[in-house]
Amino acid sequence: MSTPQKINKSVGKPISRVDGVEKVTGKAKYAAEFNVPDLAYGVVVSSAIAKGKIKSLDTSDALALDGVLQVFTHENRPKIAWFDISYNDQDAPPGSPFRPLYDATIKYSGQPIALVVAETFEVARYAATLIRADYEEATHETDLEANLHKARKPKSGIASLLKPPPPKPRGDFDKVYEEDPNKITGRYVHAAEHHNPMELFATTVVFEKGGKDGKGKLTIYDKTQGVTNSSMYVSQVFNIPSDDIRVLSPYMGGGFGSGLRPQYQLFLSVLAARELKRSVRVSLTRQQMFTFGHRPATVQNVALGALEDGTLNALCHDATGETSQFEDYTEIVVSWGGMLYPPKNVTMEYKVVPLDVYSPLDMRAPGGVTGMHALEVAMDELAYNLGMDPLQLRLKNYTDIDHNEDRPFSSKELRECFRQGAERFGWSSRNPEPRSMKKDHNLIGWGMATGIWDANQMPSRAEAVLMVNGKLRVSCATADIGTGTYTIMTQIAADTLGMPMEDVLFKLGDTDLPFSLISGGSWTAASVGSAVQEACQAVGKSLLKLAKKMPASPFKGVKWEDIEFADSHLRLKSDQSVAVSLQTLVDQNGGKAVRESVTSLPNAFKQKDYTRSAHSAVFAEVMVDEDLGTVKVTRVVSAIAAGRILNPKTSRSQILGGMVWGISKALEEESAMDHNFGRFMNHSLAEYHVAVNADIHDLDVIFVEEHDDIVNPLGVKGLGEIGIVGMPAAIANAVFHATGRRVRDLPITLDKLL
Amino acid sequence: MNSFTYTRTEDVDTAVLERSSEQTSKFIAGGTNLIDLMKENVERPTRLIDITHLPLTSITDTVNGGLRLGALVTNADTAYNEQVIQRYPLLSQTILAGASPQLRNMATDGGNLLQRTRCYYFYDTATPCNKREPGSGCSAINGFNRIHAILGTAPDNSGLGQPQCIATHPSDMCVALAALEAEVRVTGINGERTIPFADFHRLPGNTPNIDNTLEPGELITSIDLPAKGFPKYYAYLKLRDRASYAFALVSVAVALEMDGDTITTARIALGGVAHKPWRKPEAEAKLIGKPATKENFQAAAELLLAGAQGFGHNTFKIELAKRAIVRALGQAAKLEPTA
Ligand SMILES: Cc1cc2nc3c(=O)[nH]c(=O)nc-3n(C[C@H](O)[C@H](O)[C@H](O)COP(=O)(O)OP(=O)(O)OC[C@H]3O[C@@H](n4cnc5c(N)ncnc54)[C@H](O)[C@@H]3O)c2cc1C
Ligand code: SF4
Repeated sequence: MSTPQKINKSVGKPISRVDGVEKVTGKAKYAAEFNVPDLAYGVVVSSAIAKGKIKSLDTSDALALDGVLQVFTHENRPKIAWFDISYNDQDAPPGSPFRPLYDATIKYSGQPIALVVAETFEVARYAATLIRADYEEATHETDLEANLHKARKPKSGIASLLKPPPPKPRGDFDKVYEEDPNKITGRYVHAAEHHNPMELFATTVVFEKGGKDGKGKLTIYDKTQGVTNSSMYVSQVFNIPSDDIRVLSPYMGGGFGSGLRPQYQLFLSVLAARELKRSVRVSLTRQQMFTFGHRPATVQNVALGALEDGTLNALCHDATGETSQFEDYTEIVVSWGGMLYPPKNVTMEYKVVPLDVYSPLDMRAPGGVTGMHALEVAMDELAYNLGMDPLQLRLKNYTDIDHNEDRPFSSKELRECFRQGAERFGWSSRNPEPRSMKKDHNLIGWGMATGIWDANQMPSRAEAVLMVNGKLRVSCATADIGTGTYTIMTQIAADTLGMPMEDVLFKLGDTDLPFSLISGGSWTAASVGSAVQEACQAVGKSLLKLAKKMPASPFKGVKWEDIEFADSHLRLKSDQSVAVSLQTLVDQNGGKAVRESVTSLPNAFKQKDYTRSAHSAVFAEVMVDEDLGTVKVTRVVSAIAAGRILNPKTSRSQILGGMVWGISKALEEESAMDHNFGRFMNHSLAEYHVAVNADIHDLDVIFVEEHDDIVNPLGVKGLGEIGIVGMPAAIANAVFHATGRRVRDLPITLDKLL
Repeated sequence: MNSFTYTRTEDVDTAVLERSSEQTSKFIAGGTNLIDLMKENVERPTRLIDITHLPLTSITDTVNGGLRLGALVTNADTAYNEQVIQRYPLLSQTILAGASPQLRNMATDGGNLLQRTRCYYFYDTATPCNKREPGSGCSAINGFNRIHAILGTAPDNSGLGQPQCIATHPSDMCVALAALEAEVRVTGINGERTIPFADFHRLPGNTPNIDNTLEPGELITSIDLPAKGFPKYYAYLKLRDRASYAFALVSVAVALEMDGDTITTARIALGGVAHKPWRKPEAEAKLIGKPATKENFQAAAELLLAGAQGFGHNTFKIELAKRAIVRALGQAAKLEPTA
């Protein structure tokens, strides 16, 4: 027996990203960077009007240009799938998904109406400017406020499983609210927002002759949050055998939800590649990044009523969100109050207004950051109405039961978040009086809010292979959308088999790898992480079998529970000196690697009696110029309870990213629609403002210890969204404390404070 | 973007000759504005004449005690030039309030003067715009006009009827140059001339497609700063939608001379409010001989904004500009901290 070298466990350690060097040195390749010989370039032409018909499309000048291969339009496109169901993807809301180049109908401004394909990008781009479209315009409706009277209940479909409609009313809100001694009501208006990841949407389709149906094989590099989603879509829409499609997305320059559905450049590039029998790349422009899914504009109303002692006993939250004319996009906006607080008289309602826009799309904490802004500003308002400290009001109405479902939380360390966050921030020294703190021209305000987000787990597959050289290769077709998936999966795998991280290679973003769903909703760590752990455990079990077969094996009769993996060895828990190296074990396998795949399913039996959520408490300080209305967020403390923290470094980055975006959302982000044209107008990063470094000051993240063995085997809850949820309300509440002005609409731009 | 030819010239005369021999050609300096506009298919030059190798890249003293900024000095080199920092700190500060370090490293002083408006519609060829396509209409007046002008928008024919364009000139640097009363030296096919800064940019009137008074084909060779640099009492206040890397909603450049508490010279220029940096001699005159007080500043602000007109989303700029003027005057007179 060898003397093993000590290997420290990596889970729980602040490990730097395993793909960090690749990313900062430019070695990491993104969808538009895979170059192949004989590549043709496609440029999309977008509609100028929001609604109507294309009367004629003159492509002659474009086609006459040297180097132009083809212009695809609704007039010459090949036959594509007929039924709506073929266009459905893993994140499709109920309805009839948008079909690019389908017919002459224009459904929204910026709709793709033609794809020019040329030998070079430059020629394609120039040719695109030569296409002349003649439209028959119809009257469009894009203004949510002007169309609120059309609000109706959304249709339900598969998407409703993850986004159930709000629960039925309980108690008697109207009566109790009427009688309550303390009550407030407010209306909240949010602008639409676009994800605007740095990387533009792009697809490179590599075409090869052959294929099952003889029509070619496609290798597709796509910007997506789920390669399996893109592959299924392409297979169904174009009727291509799935064996002839491989989709890869090793890296993504930011997703935030924008890649949860196949975007139209995927459709267009595949169409062109198949028709031209050539490799084709289509990249969208920044302006075209404003021509698909976005966070919907919403209007919300919240009314809260409480007894003198602060007991919240009446809650009404309704929201109306914009959707397209072809799909009913929904999100969970109004249900959070019934989970977080215990009032007995509750009504919650969610409606949509179909407008002539593209279907909205999940964007970081979809619905949650929207609804929680309104709810938590309302709570602040109620606290002032009661003359109670806002934190005290939340503690007074603290509950460990989700009253929407009438079941306990699997874990909820929110109280500890409040305690630690308040202490770090210095909340107890707050003078509740608005306008009570001032420095020069700046009014200073402190505000707080709560955040909550679902901790879901999805089914996922994974494979683990202990190779003959003693290294471990683990894989799953999931995505790393910038969150650190590569890193934490490597950690989980390494620890499960007691190996150093350097000996583990984790692969993702490839449909040749074991199946996984789209990566979103903060469920990847839980879902793929569980699958990775189980796959590695399966390899471990095979290794134990091999150990038992060794001549004079000391492991004969030993049970799985009796052993552990550490220091690249399998050993007895009771006597660590009884150990055998993993290399020795794989050597016993007749020259073959030890390979195991698993399908990891959520343990519904264990989970069903509990609501599983991550929580946060956010404390923010702002400085507001009393004359000029400029707001600066000088300090924020976010205390997060999200189960086990696999890697404090990547975790902190996730939360910081959410906090930065929270500042951005609270103060800056807005896709400005010109309703005369039904068109988003600030379609550049110069005019669509996201937070820049100069906007960001002191951000502090606390991870509160939280143990949860119900949520999933790893005890993790996901961190993608919880960082942003409480931010806008905390900032808005701080602005109130600073100025005495209650701004309920977002973003809080300086004109709203003049 | 259309295809174009590209040439690079090493001397001013050739540049001017090449430019005037092809009407649809354009000079290209840092390219930070022109290339964006070409990509959006707004500018469609048939030839680009690269002027970055012209010998206009230095900052030198002028005979009358001022400073000459070569047209091709970068914004960054200007802002960090020792002479500029010492003698014209207002200019340095103003340049640094604009764009980003990367952009300032590329952008030239000449190009900064000629950057075009950031009006959303001007940039979007799917919408009508009188500046881009004369006679097509102005989409901003009844559209989304948060960043648009509140002053000087009246059309010609004695100001009757709808404005033809409510775009603003987006530069920060130009606001300081207006306050400092710089001069723009240009060379054209007919020789050299000097244009006072106040006359360089123009109001839209009925020809909003024309931003300034340069003759077609004229090349800016330098920007000349007069001797008086207001190194003691000055301020630049820029209000925008985020703390950096955003164009001004409203900006104010103030340059003062003081005798004790009394103002002896006053210059106030506004950015983000009109088709050109906005000055009003009456408002400045009102301050002369007066003590630096908030009341006096307020009176000047009212005068500067006299006749201002909002178009809906941008109406807030009128009040914001007044408050910004009062604050900036206070900062310049050292009544207020600058941060
Ligand atoms: C995202 C973004 C943000 C920005 N933010 C700001 C800001 O906050 N404040 C601000 O002030 N500016 C800002 N800018 C604008 C920037 O300052 C200008 O783009 C820059 O100054 C232009 O200089 P250039 O040398 O790159 O000009 P170019 O793009 O090369 O040229 C611009 C125009 O000037 C002409 N030209 C150039 N030099 C000469 C010359 N010597 N003689 C005659 N014609 C000439 C060209 O033909 C062209 O028409 C921003 C730009 C961007 C892209
Ligand atoms: S304001 Fe001027 S630049 Fe903008 S749309 Fe109107 S005419 Fe065009």
